[in-house]
Formats: sequence, C-alpha cells, structure tokens
Amino acid sequence: MSTIPAPRVTIRGLRKSFGDQPVLHGVDLDVAVGAVVCLLGASGSGKSTILRCVNQLERPDGGTVHIDGDLIGFRPDRRRPDALRALAPRELRRQQADIGMVFQSFNLFPHLTVLQNVIEAPVAVRGRSVARARATALELLDQVGLADRADAYPRQLSGGQQQRVAIARALAMDPKVMLFDEPTSALDPELVADVLGVMRDLARAGMTMLVVTHELDFARHVADRVAFVDEGRIVEVGTPAEVLEHPQHPRARRFLAQLTGEPSTDVDTRAVAS
Amino acid sequence: MSGVAGPVLLDRRRPLTWVSGLVATALVVALVLSLARNPAMEWDVVAEYLTTAQVLDGLWLTLWLTAVVTALGFLGGIGIAAMRLSRNPVLQAVSWAYVWFFRSVPVLVQLLFWFNIGYLYPKITLGIPGGPALLEASSNDLISATTAAVLGLTLHEAAHAGEIIRGGILAVDGGQAEAGTALGMSGSRIFRRIVLPQAMRSIVPATGNLLIGTLKGTSMVSVIAVGDLLYSVQFVYNRTYQVVPLLLVATLWYLLVTTVLSVCQYYVERHFARGSRNGLTPTPVQRARRALTRARLVPSLGKEAP
Repeated sequence: MSTIPAPRVTIRGLRKSFGDQPVLHGVDLDVAVGAVVCLLGASGSGKSTILRCVNQLERPDGGTVHIDGDLIGFRPDRRRPDALRALAPRELRRQQADIGMVFQSFNLFPHLTVLQNVIEAPVAVRGRSVARARATALELLDQVGLADRADAYPRQLSGGQQQRVAIARALAMDPKVMLFDEPTSALDPELVADVLGVMRDLARAGMTMLVVTHELDFARHVADRVAFVDEGRIVEVGTPAEVLEHPQHPRARRFLAQLTGEPSTDVDTRAVAS
Repeated sequence: MSGVAGPVLLDRRRPLTWVSGLVATALVVALVLSLARNPAMEWDVVAEYLTTAQVLDGLWLTLWLTAVVTALGFLGGIGIAAMRLSRNPVLQAVSWAYVWFFRSVPVLVQLLFWFNIGYLYPKITLGIPGGPALLEASSNDLISATTAAVLGLTLHEAAHAGEIIRGGILAVDGGQAEAGTALGMSGSRIFRRIVLPQAMRSIVPATGNLLIGTLKGTSMVSVIAVGDLLYSVQFVYNRTYQVVPLLLVATLWYLLVTTVLSVCQYYVERHFARGSRNGLTPTPVQRARRALTRARLVPSLGKEAP
C-alpha cells in the first residue's frame, strides 16, 4: 500500500502509577486500521497496563488514548481548558463496548453456558434480541471451532477451548479493536496453537489487534509492527524483522536472547539469566 | 497386560467405623429410653399442648417474624454491602459504623431499648427541622411491642446479612467484574447477572446459619410480651406449672422448623453449584443408599451383583 492507513488507536504520553510505584512513563503508540501490533517485554515492564489503560480498566494518570479520533475515557473539562474530566459511567461503557478484550485467565462466566457467555453482552449492552444474538454467537463459535460445545459450561472445556470462547465473546460485540493480554500464557503447550490459529485468522480477516504476548513466532509471522516495552517505556518499535532480528536496544537484545535461548552478544546475559 | 483380570482389589478393613457405630447407637438408645421413661417429661402433657391453638398462634408469629426480619434484613444487608464496597468514602464509613454499632449491641438490649423508646423520644415528629410539624405521634402508639420486635431484630439482621453478602462478593474473582466491564456492561447488570450468582455459593451456607439463628433469636421477643412460640408456652406453664413438658413443646417445634430449613438450604446450595468444578455431589439419600449397598446390607442392583 502506498498510502499510510489511518490510525485506529492512538496512544500519546500514557502515564500510570500504582500507589507510588510508577508503571508507565509516557507511552506513545499507533495501531493502524486492520493492523496487528505485538507488545513484547519482560514481565512487569508495563505491557498489560498499556492494554488496560486503552479500555480504561485502569484510569491513566496522564496522556490520552484515541480510537478513530474519539478520546477514550475523558472529555474536555468545561471550566479548565487545560484539563480533561473523566467520563460518566454510561458514556464510558459505550466506549468500552467497542473495545474487545481477551484476558490471560479467560475470565469466562463459570455459571453460564458457552452460548450464554457469548450472548450476554450483545443482549444486555447492544439491546439485541436473544434470537439474533444467538445466531451470531453460533456463527462465531463455529469460527473458533466450538459450535458443538455451545451448551457446555466453561469448566467442562480445556483451557484452549475456554480462551477461544472468550475470543468469540469479545467478537460478538463487533469491536473496533481487540486487545489480547497474554492470551496463551495460561495454556498447556499443546493448546497454544489452536488459540494462535484463531488469532491469525482474525488478523487475516482484517481485525485491528493489540497483542501482549511472549509468542515470538506469532509476532514474527502475524504482526505488522512489534513494540518492545521496558520499564514503562516503548524503547523500540518497528517491523518484526527489524525488532526481532536486529534489535537495537540492549534490553531488547538481552530479552530476545533469553526467550530464544540463543547466546547473546551481550556479555552479562549469563549473569542476569542465572 | 491390558484385558487380563488381575486379583480383586479390596479397601482396607475399617473396624473402627463399626465400633464407633455400635457405641453411638448404644448411647442414643440409652438417651431415648431415659427420656421416654422419665415421668418428669410428662409426654402426655407434651402431646396435649403440641397442637393447641395458643401454641400454634405462637408458632405462626415466630414463623412470620422470622420471614419478615430475614427479608427486610437482607434488603438492608444488600444496601450495607453495596455501600461498604463502593468507592464513596462517606458511604463506606456510614456502613462500617452501622455494622460496628448493631453487631456490638446485644439483640436483647436493642429490643428493650426499642420497646422503651418513649422515654427517650416521647413524640416522633415528621416535619421541617425548626419549622412546623406535619405529622406528630406518640412514640408508644407508633412503636408497639411487635414493631419494636421487628425493628430490633431487623437492624441487627441487616448488619450480619451485610457482612455475609460482602464476604460472598469478595470471594468472587475480580476478573469476573473486569470481563463484564470490558464488555461494556453496567455496574448493576454485572452485579445481578455475574457477581451475585457466583457470590451466592458462599452466601447461601452462611445465610442458612443466619436464618436458623434468626428463628431462634425471635424467642427473645418474649421479654417484651410479643406472643411468639416461647411466650405462648411460658404463658401456659405460668398457669399450670408444667414447665418441662411445655418447654419440650417449643423445642420440638424449633427442631422441626430448623430441620425443614436445613433441607431447603441443602437443595438451594446444589442449585447455585451449577458449573462448579466438583459438579453435583450426590444427595444424602443417594449417599446412604450407596453406602448400604457397599456394605451389602441391601441387595445391590442387578448389574453390580457378583
């Protein structure tokens, strides 16, 4: 493509602390329409917090998130032109409904069946009829390969199946962007491929995705851009080839070496790893 | 080796189960015999008063008082728990103070206090503070013994119910509410549809305890001359001096109602165990039948027969 696609998600100067513990120190990131951006980094680097600030599960201390040009979670304050005021719950919910999220621990509703999990929000939030929500849900469950488990309870499914239901549940809201927070980290190794397969299909179908993951193969083959997060900052961002094959930042180099098990050019890797 | 039948594997012998069973049975038989043969129990008097109108009226009052106090107490308890878990520090402080006060003051003291409210506030006035009174009534007219009983017990119940509900809500994984928030669901919908049904799993057993406690707690209203079950039998034995058999009448009714409530609690718990890890455990009836089958005291079903 010769033209630069419009950004769907625009993050500028995002800051967040938990108590007196700073987690994000000014994060800038763009996700183009239909693009897949993978966030890599050590645990505790702030990757998940970036996602959780995008859909306002955490309220940022500073900075802004825009989706399709709409400011998320805040509006200009009436009295102070230099300030933003947190949105009322109703307006915030309308924005959150357009942002899909998949959690590391699935967070399916255990007392509801698979089908009930998927249709709950379309019926309650979008006001769809149960019949219509049901039809859409069955299509989505078919898409993630679980059409035959619609009446099962989450506990009767494997972790990989639960995560695919969670993806279908998020898709049922027709989100503008999907956030994935380490979607395969809680899975047994043999179940990871099914979930990544569903995510790859989704990316090919043109879904805009922001993915926190440790799966380098997925980042390499599916992502349009990879961002490396270290201590609350994005220290490197580029194509998978640039970031994964030729990392410039020393922390990125060390982290990737640990993840792939290759000896690093960095001398003190061994000391850190042991 | 698959398909080859090896030796039959048996459970280890458990002689203590049998010994303890025999000892327990002997003790129960001895107890029943001593109670049945003791002339002071006056079983004929028990039988005579068990279903008299006065006792049944008392039982009826005990039952509806329990129902009303439980219903109002839980409505209040939901409010208390919601306030305590809200982000508003004023609501948090108010609900904390409420729970602190009403859990600290014994119910009996509260009942006496409400019954004697007329000493503290002879008149209760509804109107604009400092302005004209719109409605005015004497406290003694407004707060009868029965009203005092409902008030005292309900205020106490709400404090306990609030703590039970709060505990149940805290036991639900925080990721559940987060998933609902991320889907754009409203706070009240998340509470009703996602959090509360899961919280019920820990709320129900504690509520069963509280309900049975409330049933027995209503006997305290007899001190302010409200005609509950205990007050009715006291009323009789103050006249006839048959104290033991009449207390036995009350005891038998309390036992019966508690038994019914316990059975209900068991099946309500099973209902809220939907989708849980352990699935549904067998009911006591099913378990007893299985245990007896294993012990070969009843003939096992055809297929399992050796």
